[in-house]
Amino acid sequence: MPTTGFFTDATLCIGCKACEVACKEWNDVPHDGFVWRPRASYDHTGELGHSTWRHVKFVERDRDGLPSWDFSSDVCKHCEHAGCLEACPTGSIVRTEFGGVFVQPDICNGCGYCVVSCPFGVIDRRPEDGRAFKCTFCYDRQKAGLKPACATACPTDSIQFGDLDELRARADARVVQLAARGVTDASIYDPRASSVGGTHAIFLVRGDVRDYNLPPNPEMPTIRLGEAWRSAMVAAVAIAVVAFASFAWMP
Amino acid sequence: MTAAATTTGYRDRPLLKAPVWTWEIPLYFFIGGLAGLGAVIAAAARAGGADATLIRDARLIAFLGAAISPLLLISDLGRPGRFLYMLRVFKRQSAMSVGVWTLVAFSGAATASLALHFAGITGPVSWVADAVGAVMGAVLATYTGVLLGVTAIPAWAHHVRVLPIHFGASSLGATASLLELAGHRTPALNAIAIAAALAEAIVMWQFDFRGDAAARKMFTGSGGRLARAGNICTGVAPLLLRGVAGWVPAARAVAAVLTLGGSLVTRFGWIAIGRTSARS
Repeated sequence: MPTTGFFTDATLCIGCKACEVACKEWNDVPHDGFVWRPRASYDHTGELGHSTWRHVKFVERDRDGLPSWDFSSDVCKHCEHAGCLEACPTGSIVRTEFGGVFVQPDICNGCGYCVVSCPFGVIDRRPEDGRAFKCTFCYDRQKAGLKPACATACPTDSIQFGDLDELRARADARVVQLAARGVTDASIYDPRASSVGGTHAIFLVRGDVRDYNLPPNPEMPTIRLGEAWRSAMVAAVAIAVVAFASFAWMP
Repeated sequence: MTAAATTTGYRDRPLLKAPVWTWEIPLYFFIGGLAGLGAVIAAAARAGGADATLIRDARLIAFLGAAISPLLLISDLGRPGRFLYMLRVFKRQSAMSVGVWTLVAFSGAATASLALHFAGITGPVSWVADAVGAVMGAVLATYTGVLLGVTAIPAWAHHVRVLPIHFGASSLGATASLLELAGHRTPALNAIAIAAALAEAIVMWQFDFRGDAAARKMFTGSGGRLARAGNICTGVAPLLLRGVAGWVPAARAVAAVLTLGGSLVTRFGWIAIGRTSARS
């Protein structure tokens, strides 16, 4: 099976939110509040969450003294080394044959450990249900040979779906193409040098990636497992020594 | 244009999701730690030939904690069956998976140990139960620090090395204090409590109160103040009180009460610190 990916191009996004709607409809995701955010540049969705698996960000910035309004559809990054998958104590979160990170809802027990283990703040526990939810990469559609709902609905090809290696090559070519047209601040977000080891959802963004709430150097939490357990073992042994020595000398 | 163009980040939206854990989890950290080190003290007391009632009470703490802990976890998960989902796999890279299996092994050993006690059986089987309980108990009291440290939450990750020691030392002080308050005013328990308080006083200097603005912010919120207060009650305060207990007999009991309360409060503080840290 080829590893599939998303390539989301901010320079093509028109902010129509068809991806958000298609995702909700196909996956039967409940609404998570109709919050009017008049001072948030019409971004009434806010952020990714347990019931928002696609989120179009409306990024307002000053560019050359003029206001600019960029759109970018955010999604679960489907990390190469996924913090949520490592943390999951039930084995509910698995890697699919397409390389995506999938939460099996019948096995998730709602422990919430994935929530604090995601370096991108994607997965969350749905309070009324008690289990954790996030983008499934439309695993059911992929199994049937279909594109994910968001990529299918996108009217401008801002969300492209396909073979990950092919998309990575296409993304690099797009940066070169844009530079030739005078757009010199475009870059690809795919943190392959970090402990996350790259993402299966890659993004073309303009300017500082932090304006899109993308961490420049995301970290997979389990890289600290060794030092954490060493510390715990030192503490455990010290506790035993103190307890046994105290009773040995002062019975 | 209402969004500030000068600050980085997306509309002051936090990057991370806040921990969803409510009161059950910090209380479990406390009860589990108390129980785990109850088993360690039971084994140590038995090996040292201590009073039989002390050994019994330590085993009782271990058993009761082992019985209450899963109930707290189930309360957090919502349905009893969900607890069992964690027993379908063992994942060493998941601190929660290691923790839940430790709890299961500990519960078995602590239950066996107490049952054998009441049955009057003191042979090798009883020794095995005590030994397994002590080993699993020491892990149970410290793994919670690993659980928090190995996450994406900056304030927890930053203290990944000190949290297991903090949770272990505060649990040790709390268990010794609980036994003292149950009437076991032995020199050994006093020595254990002093060692734990000393470790907690050192731990206090290991918490990074300096750092940048974000690091300082972790300790200025209500959670940070709670963790600090708890740490003082398990460290410096009982250390001083136990120092003067020779002249003021009541000081030992006060130290014990403070240690127990501090050990509980600091765990609530650390969960709250995580909430603040994720959303800032």
